[in-house]
Amino acid sequence: MSRVVVGAHYGLRDWLAQRVTAAIMAVYAVIVTAVLLSGQPINYAVWKDLFSQGWMRVATLLFAASMAWHMWVGVRDILMDYVKPDGLRFSLQISTLLVIASYLGWTIQILWR
Amino acid sequence: MAEAAVRKARPKYLNLRALLFEIRLPLQGWVSIFHRVSGAALFFPAALWLLWMLDRSLSSPSGFDAVLLYTRLPLVKLGLIGFIWCFCHHFCAGIRYLFLDLDRGVDKRASRLSALAALAGGLALTAFFGWKLW
Repeated sequence: MSRVVVGAHYGLRDWLAQRVTAAIMAVYAVIVTAVLLSGQPINYAVWKDLFSQGWMRVATLLFAASMAWHMWVGVRDILMDYVKPDGLRFSLQISTLLVIASYLGWTIQILWR
Repeated sequence: MAEAAVRKARPKYLNLRALLFEIRLPLQGWVSIFHRVSGAALFFPAALWLLWMLDRSLSSPSGFDAVLLYTRLPLVKLGLIGFIWCFCHHFCAGIRYLFLDLDRGVDKRASRLSALAALAGGLALTAFFGWKLW
């Protein structure tokens, strides 16, 4: 039986994106936790050195980008579930996007200072 | 109409009292709502707070020391433990959902067990990292 699919059908893409980004963040979290727990005691020099390495910067950027997308899908789901007035939900969604964009921008600023 | 006479008032559970005291969630339900609450808390304010600390700690040696001193305040430590639980619970429950998405462990017994595991895993990881922090 063939079905006619209508609509923007971005639901599956977002659903999948949330899971793929989750996996990326989980791997990052495990690696960074292992690095922090196994290495020498953290002082400024060690901390600064860690975040000046290329792989760490790229991995952290990948984490931040994944987090941004993951957060957007998650918060949007929450807003769709609980906030019924269209205008309010729309405003909150725009605010959410702005907050997420700020997080991402700030992260890039911190990493490449 | 006979049916209309016996029809109960609906919706029944959309009030705070019912949400707090009458609805009994199964374990899976608790894991689910905690997943949502922890996710919301990670989005705001945890991410903002941690970014601020990351920013300061990498800005200069004195900034690093300031953050270190800041994280030794009991209230800040409590907040950090709250963040750690949110992250660890979200992590464990999230991995459980990945398996559920693949149709693994969807029957009642298995899903209850995995819910228990996610809840316990989140708490155990929080205890471990909390102990490391304190």
